[in-house]
Amino acid sequence: MKARVHVMLKNGVLDPQGEAVKHALGTLGFDGVEGVRQGKVIELDLADGTSEATVTEMCEKLLANTVIESYSVELV
Amino acid sequence: MRAAVLVFPGSNCDRDMAVALKAAGAEVQMVWHKDADLPAGVDVVAVPGGFSFGDYLRCGAIAAQSPICKALVAHVERGGYALGVCNGFQVLTETGLLPGALMRNAGLKFVCKSIGLEVVTSASAFTEGYNAGDVLSIPVAHHDGNYVADEATLAQLRDQDRVAFHYTENPNGSTADIAGILSENRRVLGMMPHPERAVDAAHGGTDGQALFRTLVGQLENV
Repeated sequence: MKARVHVMLKNGVLDPQGEAVKHALGTLGFDGVEGVRQGKVIELDLADGTSEATVTEMCEKLLANTVIESYSVELV
Repeated sequence: MRAAVLVFPGSNCDRDMAVALKAAGAEVQMVWHKDADLPAGVDVVAVPGGFSFGDYLRCGAIAAQSPICKALVAHVERGGYALGVCNGFQVLTETGLLPGALMRNAGLKFVCKSIGLEVVTSASAFTEGYNAGDVLSIPVAHHDGNYVADEATLAQLRDQDRVAFHYTENPNGSTADIAGILSENRRVLGMMPHPERAVDAAHGGTDGQALFRTLVGQLENV
């Protein structure tokens, strides 16, 4: 089984990289990009039967820094 | 006074840190990240600058999970002293020993230069050798030094006089110009600028010397 973890900066935390990407899209002529937030996707190959709670624990302990980041877990 | 300098794969200021501590009179031992215990009788643990584990995942995140960092947390919980500089500051926030987080510089560029560093409080074993309001010249060299914390944490840092240093000109977008902070018991200091790179006239300045001398002096008299 696999789990996909999405890690994003929390709302309200300024994302300098997202801002730079937004600026670059503007200079390429893409109008109307009102905001860009950049995050991470982490794919985990897991032994069958691994619980979502275990993946959540991985997020809390290592994969996300919950001071600045939020995360969501998707089992696939 | 006995000091331990932690060494991770990718640390690159560990020897500079050891030189600065020795010059101030400390006995220094280097400790590898896989060790589960600190040497007996260590008074202060220094977490050096560099790029531990290649800054993978987040700066300091992997180092914070290493066996020696469990020993570091136990040392601090026992009332031990710790100094984290640059990547060391990032490691200390990732372990939760200091609040907040260090994000990518607001200008997105790696910043490497000497900056003006204002001493905000002299009430700690690290900063007692300075006067509040002193402006030091200390090098910075980092890509992720943009200090972020929520309003409640910032208010607490202010109210408890735990902001150790401010930038006189903010190089990285850090909230409230914060360059270094203290733990609640004032025995843990994390800072982005490198005082160990300003301890010898050949460095171009010696403004960092007082930090190490005061720290060693204070702990020798304990």
